[in-house]
Amino acid sequence: MPSLNDYLVLSAVLFAIGTAGVFVRRNLITILLSIEIMLNAVNLSFVAFGRALGSADGQIIVFFVMTVAAAEAAVGLAIVISLFRHKESLNPDTFTELKW
Amino acid sequence: MGLFYLFAAVAVLASLLVIAQRNPIYSVLLLIASFGALSGLYVMLEAPFVAVIQIIVYAGAIMVLFLFVVMLLNAPHEDTDYDERVHPLMRPGPMRFGGVLAIALALELVWALTKRAESGRFAGGAVSSVAAIGRLLFTQYAFAFEVTSVLIIAAMVGAVVLARREDWR
Amino acid sequence: MLTPVLIAQILLTLFVFFMLLNSAAIMVYVERKVAAFIQQRLGPYLVGPKGMLQPLADVVKLMFKEELRPKAADAFLFALAPIISATCAFAAFAVVPFGAETTFFGLLNEPIKLQVADVNVAVLIIFAIASMGVYGIVLAGWSSNSKYSLLGGLRSSAQMISYELSYGMALASVLLLGNSLSLTDIVNHQAGAWLHVIPKWFVFLQPVGFLIFMTAGIAETNRAPFDFPEAEQELVAGYHTEYSSMSFAMFFLAEYINMVTVSAVATDLFLGGWHGPLLPESLGWIWFLLKVAALLFFYVWMRWTLPRYRYDQLMAFGWKLLLPLSVVNLLVTAAGVLYFGA
Repeated sequence: MPSLNDYLVLSAVLFAIGTAGVFVRRNLITILLSIEIMLNAVNLSFVAFGRALGSADGQIIVFFVMTVAAAEAAVGLAIVISLFRHKESLNPDTFTELKW
Repeated sequence: MGLFYLFAAVAVLASLLVIAQRNPIYSVLLLIASFGALSGLYVMLEAPFVAVIQIIVYAGAIMVLFLFVVMLLNAPHEDTDYDERVHPLMRPGPMRFGGVLAIALALELVWALTKRAESGRFAGGAVSSVAAIGRLLFTQYAFAFEVTSVLIIAAMVGAVVLARREDWR
Repeated sequence: MLTPVLIAQILLTLFVFFMLLNSAAIMVYVERKVAAFIQQRLGPYLVGPKGMLQPLADVVKLMFKEELRPKAADAFLFALAPIISATCAFAAFAVVPFGAETTFFGLLNEPIKLQVADVNVAVLIIFAIASMGVYGIVLAGWSSNSKYSLLGGLRSSAQMISYELSYGMALASVLLLGNSLSLTDIVNHQAGAWLHVIPKWFVFLQPVGFLIFMTAGIAETNRAPFDFPEAEQELVAGYHTEYSSMSFAMFFLAEYINMVTVSAVATDLFLGGWHGPLLPESLGWIWFLLKVAALLFFYVWMRWTLPRYRYDQLMAFGWKLLLPLSVVNLLVTAAGVLYFGA
């Protein structure tokens, strides 16, 4: 039976993978996907801790995190679409000027 | 235990491939696979409601949104001033530093989280019934619930305005 | 480890799979015959008695066709898309109960449920698998690398996710009445009858909910009058333009099995599942089959009677009419449950 530590180690590894994605990749969509990986890692921690403490609070927080992630993904993708229309590129390095 | 390792391996492998893929569509599909594995882990943690909500909301809605955007933009692959044939994670300079930072983060997190040896089985019962979650959600967390609905409306309006064409009129 | 109960459950799973495949074949025949009679012609009558072996001929023809793939198509996704569609269509039926607990006339020591998996969040799982079915279509549209397919795929998936909202709200209204997420419990709530005449089915408590559910179900399965994305006159068959032979057959199969699943879920939620007069509980699956058959006939009837919605009319209908209606239905149901305390 997996213990709490197992779930936490998995959550940490997933979080680090997401962070690596945000640092390394130069494609806006992949960066957004890496942020989703990080959010999922955190969800896993919440549910694992909620199970360990025997309360449903972990699952409720996960419910809210998912909702916020959905809202953030929608707005983030709208921004990506708007940026792409301006410069025809998805590389964050091309958006270096504050002026539109 | 074997089932845990299976789901964990799928989740980690799929996530690694997500950040390693050049084609954004494959990234999205691999992320869906990772979400499926996480959903299995939630079932093992006796949280069936969260597991199903993960599939409905994350894998079924948010990823469809990502897929739509990737298809509509017909996104080009990354192009910058380094050698295109070299894989993104093997490129020199800031990227390798970023990778090293991420590995350092992983090690630190693992050390911090496992300092207190919680290596036993889960003690106590689990709250897994949807009725209990619903009761908590609508009594103790009712305010957060209502605020979340306002947040979603704000995000909807924001997304529609941001993605609107400028020559709309 | 191979107890008789386990063997019975494995056989039941295989039997359900086999019967779903058969139901697709029967639906092919029924659709063509009913369409023919509605259009005042005969339909298939050459192959077999009254044309009943026509689906067999269709399957053999499809198997022998050449499996084409456009050169610029993404091979992996092109092959994956029909698999996703078909798998999700079959998987959704895994949590649908189609009969009361039975011991198969005393062969088993303890009764087993006529359901492949009895999960206590069954309603949510059906919804989840319906959400996953969108990917088959969107990937088919994208990987075919053709304008018609891409447009058809995107429109079809946008339609499906729009109507999922009303579908979910109609489901939620039934949950208020049934007090449980498990389909078996909801069906058992509907046993018995008022005044010994009117059965206690939820359709009498929730007529609007039933209509919303069926409409959203028709839109979810991309059937007429909501089948603009795959209409032959508009988009050259939409997202499955480039598919032939068995891949096309899988999409076809997925569509019919989705129809069967939606009808089965509607039967369980609204029409009382396997409860009915005259027959004993253990033969309740006959009632279930009759109700599902009635709903499937309704599906086919709708297709050949109503004209097709244009795409923007379809989306306006889903968002501006059906969704507010389903929300109002949910509120009224909640008020009713509070007031009557049922």
